[in-house]
Amino acid sequence: MGRYLIRRAVISIVTLITISMVVYGILAIAPGDPLSGFANNPNVPPELRERIRQTMGLDDPIHVQYLRWAKAYVQGDWLQSYSAKIPVRDYVMSRLPTTLMISGSAFLLSMIVAIPIGVLSAIKQYSLFDQSASTFAFLGFSIPTFFSGLLLILVFSVYLDWLPFVYDSQVTGFWPNVKQSIMPIAVLGLAGAAQLMRFVRASMLETISQDYVRTARAKGLRESPVIVLHAMRNALIPVVTVLALQVPELFGGAIITEQIFRIPGIGRALIDGIYSKDVPVVMAITFGIAVLVVVFNVIADILYAALDPRIRYS
Amino acid sequence: MTHGANLEITSAPAGTSPSASEHGANRVAELALPGLPVRDLRVKEQRSLWGNAWRQFRKHKLAMVGLVLFVFMLLATFVGSPLYPQDIDTIDFMVSDTGVSWAHPFGADSLGRDILARILWGGRISLAVGIVAALVSILLGTAIGAIAGFFGGVTDTLLMRFTDLFISLPQVPLLLVISFLYRDAFYGFFEDRTGTGVTGIFVLIVLVIGVLSWMPTARLVRASFLATKQKEFVEAAESMGATRSSQIFRHILPNVLSPIIVAATLGVGAAIITESALSFLGLGFPSNVPTWGSMLLEAKDRLEIAPHEALFPGMMIFLTVLSINYVGDGLRDALDPRKTS
Repeated sequence: MGRYLIRRAVISIVTLITISMVVYGILAIAPGDPLSGFANNPNVPPELRERIRQTMGLDDPIHVQYLRWAKAYVQGDWLQSYSAKIPVRDYVMSRLPTTLMISGSAFLLSMIVAIPIGVLSAIKQYSLFDQSASTFAFLGFSIPTFFSGLLLILVFSVYLDWLPFVYDSQVTGFWPNVKQSIMPIAVLGLAGAAQLMRFVRASMLETISQDYVRTARAKGLRESPVIVLHAMRNALIPVVTVLALQVPELFGGAIITEQIFRIPGIGRALIDGIYSKDVPVVMAITFGIAVLVVVFNVIADILYAALDPRIRYS
Repeated sequence: MTHGANLEITSAPAGTSPSASEHGANRVAELALPGLPVRDLRVKEQRSLWGNAWRQFRKHKLAMVGLVLFVFMLLATFVGSPLYPQDIDTIDFMVSDTGVSWAHPFGADSLGRDILARILWGGRISLAVGIVAALVSILLGTAIGAIAGFFGGVTDTLLMRFTDLFISLPQVPLLLVISFLYRDAFYGFFEDRTGTGVTGIFVLIVLVIGVLSWMPTARLVRASFLATKQKEFVEAAESMGATRSSQIFRHILPNVLSPIIVAATLGVGAAIITESALSFLGLGFPSNVPTWGSMLLEAKDRLEIAPHEALFPGMMIFLTVLSINYVGDGLRDALDPRKTS
């Protein structure tokens, strides 16, 4: 296990370095000047603009710029934002709590909805419950979040006027915060639940038909311990792995949800950063997600081995 | 010697069955009244792989509904759009934000432009992007997976490392970054050469979606190739002197086609959602090109005044993707030999 972990760590680091080069290259080669905002501003004299360019190192060759970014990144400094004029680290960290709250709650919601429904669907395969659950799952992952979000706004904000449709980060108090978070969490959580439910159902169906489940019934156990202790425990092992792999995807999904409800989170910061070609901001968020993808890949594999004694890495 | 023995064993049951059915056919001929056509049972027994799949597919009611709906969408957008009399750019402030009417069946938008005309016109883009992007993704994935699985060794290791690297890429942010930052460059490049810059955006989006989504297909195809390569019929083909390309294309590929077809179908739906998401974020096609996603973007801040401007394009995306997903589901069942009755 130790040697396996070391090998995985080395591969992960090499992967991340390659990804950072690819992403930085794509950003830096792209046409467009991050300081074009200054160019149109008559209050900024050309000499000053030149000086800003030089202090930011925008005229250096790309590999010099990349190495400067990499060196700073390793030291925990994410450079200055071109447009927000504050350290990227502070900027991203100020946006992170909102995204974590929304995405984290959505993640929990998808588990709470998908696991019981998926298990029940599998136990009562082809029943009315199973068929309606499967239909809803099918509808759920065919509807894009940017449309389901607008539908929720239409129903709950426009027609019923129960919930606000613009997220306001200045709002204080528990209840107003819950009210403005319900719709984004529901959109993101139910989209995830639709996918997860099908997976739980398939995994459970496979487990139920195993010999040891039949043996458990044959030796006279009641139905509930057979399902919960024998089948579910084993059926959920691959589900845990999939959940670990879904964590980085939550941030990808958050980009669209934050755009619909105008939530000032990481996703909004990324979109704004792309619009203004703010390389340090885009780089920090994109690379941050890449780190999550790689780390959670390793976590998923380790969890799989930890939960399933048949799997041993060497 | 062993070869001969094998041949005898395998040929024995194969030899008995035709004579049995011949016998059966003769009996039918004897029993049939003179003058009536004799139905040859043997011919009916012959079913092609695709015929079987189609029979199976037709049993899946929702898949058939999905297929009909998807074909309808294709016809409505590609054939219907040129035939539909209303223009996509005609501005008429008299009807701005009005709902469903005879003159404008899906209503009009904030500038009084006909929404149905824009939906049909933009649907061609959304559908074409979906289909072409899925093709790019499947071709890339199949090529890389087939090469890795067939040749094995160092080639396999290198290609799979390459695949792992692509899987670790932050796909959504990269998709947004590339399609926005390279949009003007592609637009200009194609405008100079073909006269229409929108073609450039089309090529860019199709390439970005394809290049960021081929990895699951490559893994799937590689695994199928590895398994199929071991089979006796491939060994037999090789020993009879089949070239590598003939082994790959004639012997292995047809046997691993089913999961590729299913993945391709589902890929079309996923690509349509991705393109619409890009346009919805304002990072896809420019605002003067109406796509379903960009129409949603325009409508999103005006839900209180004109909800129909969001409902119609949104329903189009939803119904198209839903129909494709049901077709994919039906294909998965139909192409699974274990389920063939």
